[in-house]
Amino acid sequence: MNKLYIFLKYFFIVVWTVFVVAPFLWALTTSFKDFQSVNGGVTYIPWVDFEPNLEGWKVLIKSPARGGVDIIEPYFNSLFVTCTASLISIILGTLSAYALSRYTFKAGFVKNNDITFFFISQRIMPPIVLSIPFFLFLSSINLLDSLTGLIVVYIVLLMPIAVWIMVDFFNKVPREIDETALIDGCNPYQAFLKVVLPNSIPGLIVAGMFCIIFGWIDFFFAFILTFTEVQLLPVKIVALNSSVTPWWSLSASALVSVAPLIIVAFIVERYLSKGNLSGAIK
Amino acid sequence: MNFKHKYFFLFPGLFVLIGILIFPIIFVVRLSLSGWNSYNPGLDYIGLENYIRLFTDDPRFWESFFRLSFLSVTTVILQYVIGFALAHMVWKDIKFKRFFRVLFLVPMMTTPVIMTVIWRTFFHESLGPVNDLLSVFGVAPKWLTDPVIAKFTVIIVEVWQWTPFMFLLLLAGLLSLPKEPFLAAAIDGASPVRKFIYVTFPLMAPISIGAIIIRLIEASKIMDTVYVLTSGGPGTSTETSSFYIFIKGLREFQMGYAASMSFTYLIIMIISLTIIAKVLTKVLLKE
Repeated sequence: MNKLYIFLKYFFIVVWTVFVVAPFLWALTTSFKDFQSVNGGVTYIPWVDFEPNLEGWKVLIKSPARGGVDIIEPYFNSLFVTCTASLISIILGTLSAYALSRYTFKAGFVKNNDITFFFISQRIMPPIVLSIPFFLFLSSINLLDSLTGLIVVYIVLLMPIAVWIMVDFFNKVPREIDETALIDGCNPYQAFLKVVLPNSIPGLIVAGMFCIIFGWIDFFFAFILTFTEVQLLPVKIVALNSSVTPWWSLSASALVSVAPLIIVAFIVERYLSKGNLSGAIK
Repeated sequence: MNFKHKYFFLFPGLFVLIGILIFPIIFVVRLSLSGWNSYNPGLDYIGLENYIRLFTDDPRFWESFFRLSFLSVTTVILQYVIGFALAHMVWKDIKFKRFFRVLFLVPMMTTPVIMTVIWRTFFHESLGPVNDLLSVFGVAPKWLTDPVIAKFTVIIVEVWQWTPFMFLLLLAGLLSLPKEPFLAAAIDGASPVRKFIYVTFPLMAPISIGAIIIRLIEASKIMDTVYVLTSGGPGTSTETSSFYIFIKGLREFQMGYAASMSFTYLIIMIISLTIIAKVLTKVLLKE
């Protein structure tokens, strides 16, 4: 019985590992292929099935005029939009989360939990519902196809995540520490900045990671609200997909685009193992 | 604590969010009462005409909605089962625990549309590895062009992409469980299966509900994957609500009609997710 369980466990882990790794491996080998080894039947192992070359990776640094794919600018656009929107969301979200965790609000039937729910429930909003008014609205104030417009929209996507994680986190930070700070003569803002925040760094990092993930992977708004002036990375890659870009350079650009966030997986795992994520889900 | 300060903490975030959202929401409602399209752009007033058309004369919207329900419920169930299994496996000590934890998290960190671009080459009917390996058995499923199989391709890609999120939430939950019930079960000599049924699963019920609801919310937005993988095709066989609204609104520029659809869709989403949350809470917590 026990042996069977252990066998099944490792079998399942191995199967899932293969499934997770397969597309990456496929993209990695494809990125070293040439025309013959892509179109002349399926090939797998470099040097055995086909002769690897660096053509796919070279186009990443070439200028578009000479057959390059030009993903450097979209890369920095994506980075800028994601980081700015995450930063704003974290700052505003943390302030609100602190208020919701420490003070009581009451306006008619609206209480703390309802306000928290209002923040978090913005994730329910299907992006398509917002995209049509945003499209018309941003075009009327000339912010369509601009980074500013995108940042505004991304704040709506990211602030709920920041509030969600930070409310739970602040609930776990003991109230006594801000009370002690207040007794020692801090005003509430000093208490927050000098005492509570330094004790919340793990929570801030987790919230930041999630904001960056969900900002970086968004495609929909970037796709609808930008055209040619600014392009974000996912939009650019999808555009490559529908044009005549060969598979090898497509695979190389895709791999380069998904690589940076894999570092985030290590950070998230570290905080997960320390137990810093546990409160966030209830 | 002082009365006024709390508003300085709460209001910046709250007002920014409301400020960004209030206009679009009101505008969607107003737009849905207009006949805005590419020939006649402008906020005229045509009453409930759009809604009447939607409820009486547009089976395609409702088909896309049921398709979306099927896709999101199926993927979330699969993600929950697989995610729970994976989390349970790397919860206690196994070899290379941290390696597997990181590995299982990785797909969630990758941009769905970019991975879907890779999946498209992966499932390519003549040049992709899947059909090449399957050709050993003499079958060659049309992963992207068969109306039925294409749905399962979408499910496979979604499960690959988002099981890690479920895994993350459930593993975080497992790691936060108290130790005492497990000690008691160990003293009673409970088998692993009984331990799971009587101790782990009930303790995980609240977390499971949270995780399922969160994933259902996110899954109900399936659109990126579909757009890149099949563009809703073949025909309309993988078209989801969001995608259909997108076609009507931002491809055919029937803004008024698209707005009425998106408002209806939003209301249905809120109602059905609330009901699902209530039902799940009852079922899982009463066991």
